[in-house]
Amino acid sequence: MYKIKLSDLDKLYKAISEDYPLYLPIKKAGEVNYGLYGEDEEVSLTTLKTVKSPKDAFFPQSEDLVNFKVDGNKIEVIDVRKEEQPFVVMGVRACDFKAFDVLDRVFLVDPLDTFYQNKRNAAIVVTNACTEPEDSCFCKVFGIDASDPSGDITTFIIGENLFWRANTEKGNALTEKVKGLFTETDDKIVAEEQKAIREKINSLPNVNLDLTPFKDEMLDIFNSEKWGKLSEACLGCGACTFVCPTCQCFDIRELTKNDGTVSRFRCWDSCMYSDFTKTAGGQPRTTQMQRYRQRFMHKLVYYPENNEGVYSCVGCGRCVKSCPMHLNIVKVIKAFDKGGKDE
Amino acid sequence: MNNLDCLIPIVAVVTDIRRDTPDVKTFRVVGLDGKKPFIHKPGQCAMLSIPGVGEALFSITSSPTNEKYLEFSIKKCGCVTEVLHSIEVGQQITLRGPYGRPFPVDTVFAKKDLLFVAGGIGLAPLRSVINYIRDKRENYGKVAVVYGARTAEDLVDYEEIEKEWKNVKDFDVYLTIDREQPDWTGHVGFVPNYVKEVGVPNTYTAVLCGPPIMIKFTLAGLLELGFKKENIYTTLELRMKCGIGKCGRCNVGDKYVCKDGPVFCMTELDELPDEY
Ligand code: SF4
Ligand code: SF4
Ligand code: FES
Repeated sequence: MYKIKLSDLDKLYKAISEDYPLYLPIKKAGEVNYGLYGEDEEVSLTTLKTVKSPKDAFFPQSEDLVNFKVDGNKIEVIDVRKEEQPFVVMGVRACDFKAFDVLDRVFLVDPLDTFYQNKRNAAIVVTNACTEPEDSCFCKVFGIDASDPSGDITTFIIGENLFWRANTEKGNALTEKVKGLFTETDDKIVAEEQKAIREKINSLPNVNLDLTPFKDEMLDIFNSEKWGKLSEACLGCGACTFVCPTCQCFDIRELTKNDGTVSRFRCWDSCMYSDFTKTAGGQPRTTQMQRYRQRFMHKLVYYPENNEGVYSCVGCGRCVKSCPMHLNIVKVIKAFDKGGKDE
Repeated sequence: MNNLDCLIPIVAVVTDIRRDTPDVKTFRVVGLDGKKPFIHKPGQCAMLSIPGVGEALFSITSSPTNEKYLEFSIKKCGCVTEVLHSIEVGQQITLRGPYGRPFPVDTVFAKKDLLFVAGGIGLAPLRSVINYIRDKRENYGKVAVVYGARTAEDLVDYEEIEKEWKNVKDFDVYLTIDREQPDWTGHVGFVPNYVKEVGVPNTYTAVLCGPPIMIKFTLAGLLELGFKKENIYTTLELRMKCGIGKCGRCNVGDKYVCKDGPVFCMTELDELPDEY
């Protein structure tokens, strides 16, 4: 275990960025999001929840898939994938790190998504324990320990220092490069802090949510009359899906560039949008209630059904903060709680 | 760099276009080397596109036993199909696939008597499996095909049906059209009713493909006749983008229609939310 003074972190960022592109929480126009480190950027490692999750690192909001040159009735396919160079994502919270696993189970199962895989393999992930969890956090419900995220390296911000622990070979290699900036330390302070974090988390309001009702018959949950009231206020704006670290839906579109090249790209899409499932022939989800239900059924019932009980929610609480109508997955889970009352 | 990603298509070329009905054309497709682009199973689909227009998923209409080319019967409806209907022989297209779970032709269907019921363009996915069975005749029992369309002109593959299917041993083909028309001497009436009139024994395994309303009434009719749901199959059609279970679009319950379908047994559909 190593440590470095918070006041020296700029040196650390600079040192890492000499060898790798470094992505970490950066404040811009009052909002903190993952961005590429530069000396003029305002890094904000202590921000608990970036507005968007770090999933962009592997599954960008918009990404070229393939280009085409069309010449009369002839077509040429141009593979636009580049060899991905190693890069570092730093500051990843436990929930967002677990969300990578949720995405892996979509993109890394047969048939492999090489766009995602190449970036995933190239990344060195530095996580950051949550010393200051807040009320909207409920990662514990999904078995996530915010005091001890894994990743290639785990960091802990305690007092005036950042503690640094390498977990993997990749992590060791990065540590070797920047070790000159660190002093060695034992893990006593960290262990104490972890205990304190766990205590804090246990006292958060939403960490005892009961997920067992979602193990009931799929069709009973689907047909519950609760969805009507739960979704009543939903605008279908999709904000909740865009900030969510586990939402994976995408659209494939094309754009013809000025030189005539056709670029086929994918971009995030949302099951909350009415045109998501619309075809020339029909629309299986005609109401916002149906779309709202799809989002949460997928996260709490369908996805776990296909993934040994792993939920497609990590309790990051972003949807709790971002919904303009104050709707969120916490309200859904509470509504189905058998002992509980409807909210 | 790893191999070609499955979202990156190959280029193929259209070598023949046949007009089947006023709004259905059948396209013959080979790779740039003149060979069949890939091997598929009956009921599987592929993504076709003309870059700049977009991709769409179509069922592969030719049988896997055809070793020379793939065929797609495509109905004009929507943007991509409009453009496909305007192309000429020699046009290159992009292709990726094959996708989806096929009909259980080598397991569940083996040795069984089979009833195929199709309406309109619904014959497209069934043509693959029917021709497969015709070519491997000894592996299957009796076959009955009930096929209907709005008018005689709307019957897809009419020539193949008349010339080939009707001459295969133990192949019974029943055609029907919705309304009387002058040059038509065959049966007139809706598919679900005709299925009941034809009186195929309820020990047959049935495969239904066509408009939702036809499926609904045919299913009800078959159940009345004592067919069992576990012996009735159909195919689903939803909006698809990726075709490989990743983009989330075709998710119904714990299934992705592109990957876990398009072929489903009726008992499987009973366990899914009614969102298709
Ligand atoms: S559903 Fe909400 S709480 Fe769960 S992972 Fe997505 S944004 Fe976070
Ligand atoms: S739940 Fe809220 S954030 Fe999500 S689409 Fe509805 S209104 Fe928008
Ligand atoms: S079409 Fe993308 S998941 Fe089925």
